[in-house]
Amino acid sequence: MSQATQAITLHDCRRAFADTLIALAREDERIVAVCNDSVGSSNLTMFTAALPDRMINVGIAEQDLVGVGAGLANGGLIPFVSAAAPFLTGRALEQIKVDVAYSQAHVVLCGQSPGMAYGELGPTHHSIEDLSWLRAVADLPVAVPADPAQTVQAVRWAAANPGPSYLRIPRFPVPDVTPPGSPFLPGQAIRLTDGNDVTIIAVGTMVSRALAAAALLRSEGIHARVLNVTFVEPLDTDAILTAAAQTAGIVTAEEATTTGGLGAAVATLTAQHRPAHLRILGVPRCFAPTGSTAFLLEHFGLTAEHIAVAARDIVAHAR
Amino acid sequence: MLSADPAGARRFGALRARLGQLASAEAAPVLREIANSVRGDDLQMVYRAGLGHLGGDFSVADILVTLYAAVLNVDPMRPLLAERDRLVLSKGHTAGALYATLARFGFFARRELDTFAAPQSALNGHPSRTKVPGVETSTGPLGHGFPVAVGMALSARLQASPRRIFVVLGDGELQEGSNWEAAMTASHYGLSSLFAVVDRNRLQQGARTEETKRLEPLAEKWASFGWEVREVNGHDHAQLLDTFRQLGTARPVCVIAHTVKGKGVSFMEDRVEWHHKVPSAGQVEGALQELSA
Repeated sequence: MSQATQAITLHDCRRAFADTLIALAREDERIVAVCNDSVGSSNLTMFTAALPDRMINVGIAEQDLVGVGAGLANGGLIPFVSAAAPFLTGRALEQIKVDVAYSQAHVVLCGQSPGMAYGELGPTHHSIEDLSWLRAVADLPVAVPADPAQTVQAVRWAAANPGPSYLRIPRFPVPDVTPPGSPFLPGQAIRLTDGNDVTIIAVGTMVSRALAAAALLRSEGIHARVLNVTFVEPLDTDAILTAAAQTAGIVTAEEATTTGGLGAAVATLTAQHRPAHLRILGVPRCFAPTGSTAFLLEHFGLTAEHIAVAARDIVAHAR
Repeated sequence: MLSADPAGARRFGALRARLGQLASAEAAPVLREIANSVRGDDLQMVYRAGLGHLGGDFSVADILVTLYAAVLNVDPMRPLLAERDRLVLSKGHTAGALYATLARFGFFARRELDTFAAPQSALNGHPSRTKVPGVETSTGPLGHGFPVAVGMALSARLQASPRRIFVVLGDGELQEGSNWEAAMTASHYGLSSLFAVVDRNRLQQGARTEETKRLEPLAEKWASFGWEVREVNGHDHAQLLDTFRQLGTARPVCVIAHTVKGKGVSFMEDRVEWHHKVPSAGQVEGALQELSA
């Protein structure tokens, strides 16, 4: 790691989530928080201290958690239903489908510590399937903020957007990647670097690694376009199809299973509208071995170096 | 989304006003007649569509009609009014009874019932919140409505609103664990505006509840979860109305309504096959005669 990289401050997005939710709730009395037992795991410790009357704890009961959220929305409130992502999305998937998405309830589902953030706790506590599962649910935007700035935007967007949404709040520390003034809208990617040789599309914790890969490639004379699509559903189809047309191919990177998440979404889109050379990086369809988050990201090739290797392959193939 | 039927809504308003003046025993014959006409509408819907759940529709019909006609503070012309009472039909497969009731009271036109289950109809086999006025949350898979109703009662409490929340549950449905999560949450938070009505018809899809997975002692289960429990005859409109009119304590209340699956049609009553059997033309004729007797 270079001196310059070491100097970059890393931070997770939990503080940004908590601060923004408290600020919003102070502005708008319709905002309430709902959690299942652990206010810490739900990233609501500060909210509970600040606004104890607006915090509803249903105990260890995720089906109830999501259903209660839908009922609060029916009453005109804006519930932020926050829980560890694996349990929120896995245990309560049918409630998310029926009570929230199909009923179009204004519930903000907040998946905390997603991906492999719980590292050594093992596959039971990893949430690598959530993007695949929730992409399959109709009328449910799925947003994956990449840094604290996007987390702030995500919370504010979801509170104002009248329908349901899922926010996947990263825990693994990341550098700031979002230029000031960037939009935060469904179906709108942010182009972080220009380049016409190859495209790297990433979300969440992988965005900073995509940028680091682009820097490695640039030193070799390869100009990579980096897109943070933010929403895996709905996708920015224009930006992706344009990238497919203008560059040699696309590398996707996500802290999630490759069976149905960002990479699968990009593949489905490009295969039907502008076939492109693709490399889909993520967790293959397997349960992770024991290890820290950092170890597992390395183990599954979710690093700047591996992203750069995939990009080089695409460029070499095109030449 | 279907729109309101103004004429039906006006008749509903007049009916509500009239029933409001009556003692429960005097209101009962009126409610009985409406419930049987709702059963008749439902029967014809299911016959036309070739699918439905008449057994459970007929066990719950008296409960739904009593609640809508004489208990709930709702306005079919303004189905999303913030301060309305809420009714959640958690046993969503009995959508037929709900649709026929909502249409009878002007939430949408009765002719829409002819479209039940037809291509592009708003009237699915299970009720959809975004398509049918009066449906507060989409249901169908069992064990969904109750947690949502708990959330509704929590919102009413946070807003210091007097609105009341009724959730109608199937008895077989209580085998879903999510209900007991919800029951615990409701009593923990002391949700006194929340009322659960159990349609205790003792049959589920394939067999008796007690043979499939035992629910008894059911009243004790609810009581042990911190609920006040009342037991009524779910087809006795006077008893139902008396009970609903006297609700309101410091705790959530569970009304166990003892019912008969297929109630009102002799050859359907307490017969497990009528969970989702579709009647023949001759059976429809016979059933309609019994219901209008």
